[in-house]
Amino acid sequence: MSEKPTPLWEVFIRARNGLSHKHAGSIHAADAEMALQAARDVYTRRGEGQSLWVVRSDQIVASDPVDKDMMFEPTASKIYRHPTFYEIPEEVGNM
Amino acid sequence: MYSQGLIGADGSTVEDEAFLEAFQKRIDAEQKIEPNDPMPEGYRRTLIRQISQHAHSEIVGMLPEGNWITRAPTLRRKAALLAKVQDEGGHGLYLYSAAETLGVSREELTDQLLTGAAKYSSIFNYPALTWADIGAIGWLVDGAAIMNQIALCRCSYGPYSRAMIRICKEESFHQRQGYEILLTLCRGTDEQKQLAQEAINRIWWPALMMFGPHDSESTHSDQSMHWKIKRFSNDSLRDKFVNATVPQADYLGLKVPDPNLKWNEEKQGYDYSDIDWDEFWRVVKGDGICNRDRMKARRKAHREGAWVREAALAFAEKRAAAAEAAKTAAE
Repeated sequence: MSEKPTPLWEVFIRARNGLSHKHAGSIHAADAEMALQAARDVYTRRGEGQSLWVVRSDQIVASDPVDKDMMFEPTASKIYRHPTFYEIPEEVGNM
Repeated sequence: MYSQGLIGADGSTVEDEAFLEAFQKRIDAEQKIEPNDPMPEGYRRTLIRQISQHAHSEIVGMLPEGNWITRAPTLRRKAALLAKVQDEGGHGLYLYSAAETLGVSREELTDQLLTGAAKYSSIFNYPALTWADIGAIGWLVDGAAIMNQIALCRCSYGPYSRAMIRICKEESFHQRQGYEILLTLCRGTDEQKQLAQEAINRIWWPALMMFGPHDSESTHSDQSMHWKIKRFSNDSLRDKFVNATVPQADYLGLKVPDPNLKWNEEKQGYDYSDIDWDEFWRVVKGDGICNRDRMKARRKAHREGAWVREAALAFAEKRAAAAEAAKTAAE
């Protein structure tokens, strides 16, 4: 197929104010304006959102799943980052 | 319909045992597999095949119903049908996106549909002859699809599972609007009720075929079940559909076109006749009533839309170049 590929965009929707934008899926579009339009038609047919972001997929920098252990495993051993690590006498009450 | 996506699927894979074992361990622990995770080639290939066939089915599925939008009997029915057909288009797009996360391009997928290399569900090769067929399609075809898709919401591949959850949420309106159409016809004149009966006569068997071949014939199911791409067998989902649907037909006062349909107290389910498997394979292999029409319509739409895609890209390039020039001039 000789046809030129249409760029891919990732779609993020804010369901309502107070919540952050959440990834909803992706869409193909030639430019940003059409990407927004298409994202609106495809991902918000039932009041799913108040605000839309579209980001060119090739602009996203992602961590490699192969590096998952190196990236995230060290946090598992740092249990002193969690409140339950510390012992507070019951008499002190809720803290 | 989506069990048909596994017909001819090639789950063979070349990885070493340690790799496959580690992968299987993740699957058995109900961990979802995400796009860039290591996965066996067979898993990837099977998923691309199934998800893309599912996407193609949604897109081709717009044709039999789209044909009735201009002839819907009331404005309410027309608005609902229009929304339903738009949903099917949206569902096709969610699914293409999910397939693309596995490393296949949209252009390749479209090409596979248009050249006939990829299939879509056999059900869409049947025509929608009357308005009652639109009711029966919503009730039975979307009903069968939902039965399949609910099972797929727990698929081990994250993007497919997420697309299915979204689709299931949206599709329950499809089934209800179809049933309501038939309910209205069944409460109408004798002639209208007759239309409804003829629609179920036509669509009942093709709807049962959507669940795919018998388990004993479904050669690639084992591997797919093992990988949790598919979680229930074709026959078990088909039985579940029959058990759920027959009472709904009774309520409408319509007769399910199967002389052998009978409640079986012991298994707490219905017994029913065997499907005409010759017809099933004929339609799957391209010789149904509408196979050629459907492909012709898709190819025509793709061909006639080519200039729009080209123009949009050319315009985007021109604007990007102008913006770049303005930036350089300002510097």
